[in-house]
Amino acid sequence: MKIPLIYNIRSVRRRPVSTLATALGMGLVVLVFIAMMALSRGFRAAIVETGSRENVLVVRSGADNELMSGLSRSTAQTIISMPFVAKGPEGRPLASPEIYVLVSLERLAEGDALVVARGVSPQAFEVRKDVKVIAGRMFNPGAPEILVGKSIVGRFAGTEIGETINFASRDWTVVGHFAAEGSAFESEIWGENEQFMPAFRGEVFQSVTFRMYDPADFESIKQTLESDPRLTVSAQREYNFYANQSVLLTQVLSFAAIFIAGIMAIGAVFGAVNTMYAAVSARAPEIAVLLTLGFRPLSVLSSFLMEALVIALIGGMLGCLFALPLNGIMTSTTNWASMSEVAFAFRVTPDLLLRGVIFALAMGLIGGFLPARRAARQPIVQAARRP
Amino acid sequence: MKYGHLIWVNLTRNKRRTILTALSVAAALFLFVALRSVNTTLNDAREVGSESRMVTRNAISIVFQLPEAYYGWLSSLPGVRRVTWGNWFHGIYRGNPRDFFASFGVDVDSYFEVYPELVVPEDQKQAFMRERTAAMVGTGLMERYGWRLGQTINLTSMIYSPVTEWPFTIRAVYTPLPGWTDEAFYFHYDYLSEMTEWAQPGWYVLQLDDSSHAATVAATIDEHYKNSRFATRTETERAFQTGMVSMYGNVGFLMNAVGLAVFFAILLVAANTMMMAARERTSEVAVLKTLGFSDRLLFGLVIAEAAAITLAGGLLGVFGAKLLFEGTGFQGAGFLPGFAVKMSTAGLGMLIALLLGLFSGLVPAWQAARLPVAHTLRRVV
Amino acid sequence: MALLEIRDLSKVYQRDAQRIPVFEGINLNIVAGEFLVLMGPSGSGKTTLLNLVAGLDEPTTGTIRVSGAEVTAMSRRDLAAWRSHHVGFIFQLYNLLPVLTAYQNIELPLLLTHLSKQDRREHVMTALEVVGLSDRADHYPRQLSGGQEQRVAIARAIVSDPTLILADEPTGDLDAQSAQDVLTLMQRLNDEYNKTILLVTHDQRAADRGHAIMHLDKGVLTG
Repeated sequence: MKIPLIYNIRSVRRRPVSTLATALGMGLVVLVFIAMMALSRGFRAAIVETGSRENVLVVRSGADNELMSGLSRSTAQTIISMPFVAKGPEGRPLASPEIYVLVSLERLAEGDALVVARGVSPQAFEVRKDVKVIAGRMFNPGAPEILVGKSIVGRFAGTEIGETINFASRDWTVVGHFAAEGSAFESEIWGENEQFMPAFRGEVFQSVTFRMYDPADFESIKQTLESDPRLTVSAQREYNFYANQSVLLTQVLSFAAIFIAGIMAIGAVFGAVNTMYAAVSARAPEIAVLLTLGFRPLSVLSSFLMEALVIALIGGMLGCLFALPLNGIMTSTTNWASMSEVAFAFRVTPDLLLRGVIFALAMGLIGGFLPARRAARQPIVQAARRP
Repeated sequence: MKYGHLIWVNLTRNKRRTILTALSVAAALFLFVALRSVNTTLNDAREVGSESRMVTRNAISIVFQLPEAYYGWLSSLPGVRRVTWGNWFHGIYRGNPRDFFASFGVDVDSYFEVYPELVVPEDQKQAFMRERTAAMVGTGLMERYGWRLGQTINLTSMIYSPVTEWPFTIRAVYTPLPGWTDEAFYFHYDYLSEMTEWAQPGWYVLQLDDSSHAATVAATIDEHYKNSRFATRTETERAFQTGMVSMYGNVGFLMNAVGLAVFFAILLVAANTMMMAARERTSEVAVLKTLGFSDRLLFGLVIAEAAAITLAGGLLGVFGAKLLFEGTGFQGAGFLPGFAVKMSTAGLGMLIALLLGLFSGLVPAWQAARLPVAHTLRRVV
Repeated sequence: MALLEIRDLSKVYQRDAQRIPVFEGINLNIVAGEFLVLMGPSGSGKTTLLNLVAGLDEPTTGTIRVSGAEVTAMSRRDLAAWRSHHVGFIFQLYNLLPVLTAYQNIELPLLLTHLSKQDRREHVMTALEVVGLSDRADHYPRQLSGGQEQRVAIARAIVSDPTLILADEPTGDLDAQSAQDVLTLMQRLNDEYNKTILLVTHDQRAADRGHAIMHLDKGVLTG
């Protein structure tokens, strides 16, 4: 015989303050959990989505980020002229040999931060289809003009169209803003590679990114490039290259999320245990009646567990409700792999909300078990006699 | 205190509830202490830098280097007592990027004069300076890998060559002064420049005669190199450190936001406990009032009971964290050198525990104080 | 002069627009050393009258004076202090704190005084002796019989040597023998220690022990 759920819901409603306090406590734990995971997810998404699976990124052998890489002009030329590099409508290879440097820009808020300045070929926007100029115009080849990623706009000085930014001892005119679907490119400044090269450190590119004719050929392309005696390079799918950069910080954030939420959960579970024990002892006579009527102890146990889960569910949903407004809020951090600042948004995804609710239910289950067991094991006579 | 016994019996009336509540407060304060110590550690890292030392680096970014030739001109500047330089090696041990620690190639002749913070036995210092491939290692790093003096270890550099192994022989172990990391690895810049053609000074450190001239000196240097191929940026060591620490992002804000959520979550747990406890004792409160216990006294007794629970939990959480972190020598896997639970953090933790007690007891205490006796007695009797 | 002086006392509850009088215009004098029994059916307002005298409830109109002090004019705070010195209250259900021993229960009112621990001990032991439970000092309420519990409650009521002892159905929950013991004890408090007692009951056996009996019925007090 099962004890109807409505019985628990009614009993929860009979103690609204206590129930709400317990649920709210769990809700705050869920909030912290979701918020920190959303931070980690947002950062990861920004970095990972920087790369495409159809592109190959080539750097100097052994370099795990572009900063440490260096490719000579002839190396870049050799790579671009390989047959597996896709061609554009005008027959030009869809490839971008790039300069990658960090420049120190003045934050509008306070202090300086390092920002990536990327010198790209005019084909870069065809190689990376997700990157689009959303305001102003493309830079003109041969001119000291730059495009600014949209997450930098408004956070650093001189980023509006028509303004100038000074780096590498030159003034650069902002002629447009670009978007890249939330990826880390949006935290960069793009100019023409042939303009950046002399302004920075001479005849070296940091990377070459190109589109493959057939993405399925990646393994053989990698093999060809890395075994070519003229080149000392390593080639990766662009997607994997950036995904690897997010691993460390994502791990740190996830660890912090689990550590912090885990310890908070201990506190909240103890609170739930208190509440449930109070519920059990307040209803000792009712339990006795149920047992006398022939309900099995297991039914009583599951009924009280159900009640704890109802409270936890309320808490979990409250936590989700609190966390929802975080979605999309922009924040920034330093990408430790490139030492540059990356802007990204909190990502509160449905699966994260689901995890939050499951987390709450787990707290309810753990917190409710001992009190529920006590209710089920209660001797009938003794309970019935209590006032 | 003569009411102590009364508070004690009320606390022990439902031992499980009292203990669980105290433990949840302990968990919260453990967390608080951990988070706060991350903040204070990072803040201290900002303060490490001296005001009388200046750092000159490449104006574009710290990742770019400066010519060796700058040394002569910088040394000749009036007000500059001594100049040294270093280079970020980004060394990793055993080829594993996780076995990472701060490693620098430094000019050994001048480095000790600029950094008296590095406390090294004189014989070890001489041995380190004499040998080209010698290394000087912090006590913490020695402990982390179980290295011995005289041992030769190999590092690869994530900057110069991720495949070539460089042998170093540990000739000196330094004990850091407070605030200085004990996990750094120093070696000869000369060795570095022999091994790779790429290496140049990453930054210069200038010891000034008088820190009040810092701004003038900085302006002179940066103006001098402004239009050269390698423009410089000069700032005090403290400002430089602050810039490095800010790369951790807005940790402080994150920690405070989380701390606030923790505080409220546990406040709810504790307040709920006190309300449950108070509800069960409504009739007793009425009886005490009949005996002549004043509203104010009853208010105080409930608050004292709540505070006793949270302070007990606080003691456990705060000092448990302190003992745990100090016992394990936690350093955030190398990201938080000098991680420590300060007494001020512990004190703040106890203050928060006290506040938790006051707030959680507030509602039930007020209810007890305002309890209408005649009405309550009638319900009970 | 009367020890307790009640003048034109009324207690009226207001529920919505309805006026529910418990009693109106009651007058009563009790002289020192009196043992007055107040009888009446349930709901007649006996307990309300007792609560008013103890300053636990506020009258609608009228005044109550105890030893010349006007109870009905005191603030909540003054009332608490006044109660601790002048009123000993005995309940039907004893109302001992279950977590305290007999000794500790009796000591409670003394905590409100400036007595030293040693003095408090002497007072408590004396009170225990008076109620004949010196050997039960360290027992908890659940280890005592109902009659013993009530005697502990009486000891608690007299330990601070109050001016007035108020008892609300003290035998209502006791078996016949225990009830007799408790009543004998109260009579002795009146005879030997000259305590002024106001006892509320609807038990005729209890009423027989008093010097005088008054009846409260339908809001009217009769002698």
